[in-house]
Amino acid sequence: MRLYRPAPIPGSEITPESAWIMRRDLLRLGAAGGLALAAPSLAFGATELAAKPGGYDPKEPLTPEADVTSINNFYEFGTGKADPAEKSADFKPAPWSVKVDGLVGKPAEFDLDQLMAFELEERVYRMRCVEAWSMVIPWIGFPLSALLDRVEPLGSAKYVAFETVVRPEEMPGQRGVFQPLPWPYVEGLRLDEARHPLTILSLGVYGKTLPNQNGAPVRLVVPWKYGFKGIKSIVRITLTEDEPASTWNKMAPNEYGFYANVNPEVDHPRWSQATENRIGGGGFFGSNDRPTLMFNGYGDEVASLYAGMDLKANF
Amino acid sequence: MGLPALPRRYHPASIWLLYAVGLFPAAWTFYLGATGQLTGNPVKVFEHLLGEWALRFLILTLMISPLRDLAGINWLRYRRALGLLAFWYVVLHFSANMILDKRLAFDVIVEDITKRWFITIGMAALVMLIPLALTSNAWSIRRLGSRWTLLHRLIYPIAALGALHFCLSVKVIGPEQLVYAGLVILLIGWRLVRPRYMAWRRSRRSVNTGLAPAGPRPK
Ligand code: HEM
Repeated sequence: MRLYRPAPIPGSEITPESAWIMRRDLLRLGAAGGLALAAPSLAFGATELAAKPGGYDPKEPLTPEADVTSINNFYEFGTGKADPAEKSADFKPAPWSVKVDGLVGKPAEFDLDQLMAFELEERVYRMRCVEAWSMVIPWIGFPLSALLDRVEPLGSAKYVAFETVVRPEEMPGQRGVFQPLPWPYVEGLRLDEARHPLTILSLGVYGKTLPNQNGAPVRLVVPWKYGFKGIKSIVRITLTEDEPASTWNKMAPNEYGFYANVNPEVDHPRWSQATENRIGGGGFFGSNDRPTLMFNGYGDEVASLYAGMDLKANF
Repeated sequence: MGLPALPRRYHPASIWLLYAVGLFPAAWTFYLGATGQLTGNPVKVFEHLLGEWALRFLILTLMISPLRDLAGINWLRYRRALGLLAFWYVVLHFSANMILDKRLAFDVIVEDITKRWFITIGMAALVMLIPLALTSNAWSIRRLGSRWTLLHRLIYPIAALGALHFCLSVKVIGPEQLVYAGLVILLIGWRLVRPRYMAWRRSRRSVNTGLAPAGPRPK
């Protein structure tokens, strides 16, 4: 039985706004001074990570770092929101390698040094979870298209499939009698979605390399789609001709579609998607509810990808 | 078996203590949420906590009579309090959903109850709990006589619907749901085999009369 624990967060963990702004300036300075290209460290797990400003900022208050790194859905570590932060200490994100194969001219493996050598940007994105809560998160990463260019997709490639690592010895959710999902966790995008400039592979958050619970060392971020599309701890990227499987779609096809675009007009069968709760302080009466925006507010950039498509049928 | 008996004069006080302890999780979490001390999504945390305690109290209510049958512990005096605590937790769970979560948007609430059937199921359980709560007093028991017993058998479908509602409310059914649902199934199942068990026990007792204390100790 899960007994209630109020999960206190020490005040010291919450970054004061002033300190955060200072750090952003420092990062900017660092990038200007060429520090961004300084030798990437193999010591992963929340070490400082420099990046140039990426020019994306919804100008909404950031979700406190303590919330971003303690409220996670990462079933490989357990189904509770606190499990990933509490049960991921054994996970070793370095060394790492991502295999890119399938319908490509130049299949390749990228190790951490090679991933960190891409031009890293800091981008502040909204993140809308399918469970009707949301955050505003300063990611560090690079456009997935930059990586795809390196492997030269063939003309026949229509989709990109992604796969999360399977390591039961390091990931408690993957061992034992109750396995909530079939492993590996898999996700997919259409090639044009994968190449869209908003789609990034993220290596860091809040000025540091990704903590294990956020998908270290490398994860996908697709800000106009529900959070579960943002597959974590990626070990394989495969270009395919046919639509690849995605884990939640396999689990409950009537609840989670392949596209999973944020859409306030298409309800989840068990709850409305019209509004969302913005995580971070406020208590019961600090009204954190806000209307959910079509494509999570990124419609200007991405709506053309779906021109002529019935988004109610292709949810 | 059996516990050291609580002197009779403390019985009323122990029942009031149970109410106080039982309502504590709701009161304390409400305080934390109202003062901004619940992290994440405070309304959902509160709503879930209330739902889980509702289910726990339903299960505890159902455990009282098997506890007496099987372990010889007579806590019948606490059963009404446990049942009423379950009722109040369901009411609070529903109110938290209506007031804090849906902010009294009645169209949304009605749509939830009619369209999302895990909520329809929860609502059915709440509706059935109302007559039970209203008749949980000595006067009603006297007035209704044997009909009271019949009416209060509604607790079985209520518990079953509560557990089903829990299982349907989550994305993946895990150990937690299985434990609650398993307990409810076990406790309802017990009612089905109980008459036979009691008959078997009586027959054993009569066979064993005068012999070594082999059977369960007569009470
Ligand atoms: C016997 C009656 C009921 C019991 C035992 C019960 C119990 C529960 C439990 C244990 C949960 C899951 C909590 C968790 O995930 O940790 C839950 C969720 C929920 N219940 Fe109930 N419930 C009952 C009646 C109701 C009623 C009448 C409503 C009507 C509004 C309701 C609405 C909900 C909703 C909306 C959720 C999901 C909350 C969310 O995640 O968005 N329940 N309930």
